[in-house]
Amino acid sequence: MLTTIYAILFYVATLTFVGGIALRIKQYWSIPAPLKIPTTPAPTTKRGVWFRMFKEVALFESLFKSNKWIWVFGMLFHAGLALVVLRHFRYFTDTTNLVWAWVNWIQPFGIYASFAMMIGLVGLFVRRIVVPRVRYISAPSDYLMLLMLIMIGISGMLMKFVSHTDIIAVKQFFRGLMVFEFHPLPADIPLLVHLTLVATLMIIFPFSKLLHAPGVFFSPTRNMVDNPREKRHIAPWAAELEKKN
Amino acid sequence: MSEQENSAPTVEDYLNPLARPKLNPGSMKDLHSFEASESHQEKLGFPGGLVDDWHDVAITKMGDLLTKYRGFRVYMDSCVKCGACTDKCHYFLGTGDPKNMPVARQDLLRSVYRRYFTTGGKYFPKLVGARDLTEDVLGEWYNYFHQCSQCRRCSVYCPYGIDTAEISMAAREIMDTVGKGQKYCNEIIGKVYDVGNNLGFPTPALKATLESFEEDLEEETGLDIKLPLDKKGADILLVTPSADFVAEPHIDGFLGYAKVFHAAGANWTLSSVASEAANFGMFIGSYENMRKVSLRIREAALELGVKRIVFGECGHAWRVAYSFLNTLAGPFDFLDPRYPSPQHICEYTWDLIEKGELKFDKSRNDKYRLTYHDSCNVARATRMGDKPGGQFEIPRNILKATCNYYFDMEEDTIKEATVCCGGGGGLLTDDLMDLRVKGASPRMTALQNVRKEHGVTHMAAICAICKSQFAKVMPKYDFEMDNILSVHQMVSNAILLEGAKDPEDDDEDDDDDWIPPTPPPRPPRGSAA
Repeated sequence: MLTTIYAILFYVATLTFVGGIALRIKQYWSIPAPLKIPTTPAPTTKRGVWFRMFKEVALFESLFKSNKWIWVFGMLFHAGLALVVLRHFRYFTDTTNLVWAWVNWIQPFGIYASFAMMIGLVGLFVRRIVVPRVRYISAPSDYLMLLMLIMIGISGMLMKFVSHTDIIAVKQFFRGLMVFEFHPLPADIPLLVHLTLVATLMIIFPFSKLLHAPGVFFSPTRNMVDNPREKRHIAPWAAELEKKN
Repeated sequence: MSEQENSAPTVEDYLNPLARPKLNPGSMKDLHSFEASESHQEKLGFPGGLVDDWHDVAITKMGDLLTKYRGFRVYMDSCVKCGACTDKCHYFLGTGDPKNMPVARQDLLRSVYRRYFTTGGKYFPKLVGARDLTEDVLGEWYNYFHQCSQCRRCSVYCPYGIDTAEISMAAREIMDTVGKGQKYCNEIIGKVYDVGNNLGFPTPALKATLESFEEDLEEETGLDIKLPLDKKGADILLVTPSADFVAEPHIDGFLGYAKVFHAAGANWTLSSVASEAANFGMFIGSYENMRKVSLRIREAALELGVKRIVFGECGHAWRVAYSFLNTLAGPFDFLDPRYPSPQHICEYTWDLIEKGELKFDKSRNDKYRLTYHDSCNVARATRMGDKPGGQFEIPRNILKATCNYYFDMEEDTIKEATVCCGGGGGLLTDDLMDLRVKGASPRMTALQNVRKEHGVTHMAAICAICKSQFAKVMPKYDFEMDNILSVHQMVSNAILLEGAKDPEDDDEDDDDDWIPPTPPPRPPRGSAA
């Protein structure tokens, strides 16, 4: 019963997550940006834009200029989360296969990263409460989103450091899902909490502010080349307008 | 560095221009600029007054904009409320009203977007901060989206590049569409359609003004410097803000362009059709109106048969010119491809300086100890020259080539971090004076600091709005209204024209033009120039 419920939950979550984001990306892609609006100084070449975007996504360059505290907590959280997620690849891959060998290598880093992630999340949560400006702009969902991530982190770390779960069985469960075979899922509370929240997060991702992840790549102030005098830029609907008069 | 006692600021008299204010909720909620009248609205193709089904029209328009502007859509979705922008708006810094924090300003619109266009907002409005569009919300939009100068400072600091200017443009477009436009912007656009420029300055008056300027120039230099209007077959069309014909210090800058053209032997002209560089269509986010205003320039260029278009000193005009003109009124394949189209007057002048074609006597500007205000739209929405950042370097290079004492203000208030003058984006109207004065405070504080530290007496700018705004608000901050200068005014003072008489010959007559610098210049710290 439990296995079936979680199997269904993860199929639904994965479909929503992947499908939802794909649709969202398609939507962003199809909406034109009719005017050249890069925030300048901006790169004058495509390659330059790639570099700017890399700095934005990997180093949070603009945030660094803005506020060092948010940058530190944001960086700890995102970099930590990235490593933790990579560490979780061991539940989905055959790590004896040479292609996935890096997953073994990354394991200890993933453990440290969980602490970084938690420090970052708690820092962001505390800021949201104690800085009046940030408190003013926060909706209930903004707190809940952080709490959910914190709970995911705590439940995950409980399994690692306090009460171990049968991770072999967990791996069999997830590897099984990938080929539509259902292996029993251990009925441990931390694991079930962890998995429920992760699935929830995946489901709300395409409908929430978590869209900042794909969104940043479509931000015209960051992804446009500064060459309006050299190259005429015109949106299809604006070209239609020109035909009229 | 020599340690002169009174040149270094003490801790007590240094004020942080970007100091965060205490939150003062609602302090600016009642600031309501005059609404456009029926005739203002209709000239622009908008309904004359609030339409009966305004709610549905507004939501439909929002939906329409969401499919036309990628930026608007992405920015509605992407904000994570991290708070990075919260202390970046000069209006927030000056007023403490939390709804002047960029994210809170965006949320006025985003909350409605969420309610009508997102799953979360449709089913759990309280949870995600979504709300219905009510008359109160519309009123709040009107008041707070006319407290944004669209300067893009917040966009520099946003990790996703969310640009509040884009959102306030969308909001104003929605409000215009339901019949709730702003008088200042819409009346001005109407004047451009009726008369050809923002000030509603008719062609005969323009002609007479130019003639009187020619006389002034002749008196000053002894040279016959022409200010041609509608001259067919000219090489260069100069498009400049109409304030350059009527306001100080704009006029002095305008006479500077004329001297540069004269020195270069250029065959140039103004146009009565395009007697305005500004394009307020941008402020109200209306592509159609912005395009219509832009097409005048194309029309004038074709009509006069010019080979180049040069823009005078005007901030957002340069944004529309540099970033949008090719889109709105291009292609400009009929112009000389050896020059960028359009070109900024600073690019034009700097190019001549680099080639050694202009000669200056810097000492003529020794009465000024100068700093430079980067105008927001030039700094963050355009470029000059070939390299990114040319918009910062070229005007400074011109100032350094024409005067001996130049000092920058604090790094976090200039260049891409520049703080807006407080009057941009369609807010340069007396009914918003309270906001304009408060919004200028970060810039004025930075200027006071550089006055204390370097004895700076004057600030130069290359934007008609900045110049008018500073002339008005500087007296509130212990400066004189003529402490703001045009960049080309410095050029005009220092330029050596062949055959011109020495300005010192008739120094007596000129003296009443020069207000003694306040406070008296202090000795330079270390090597000043």
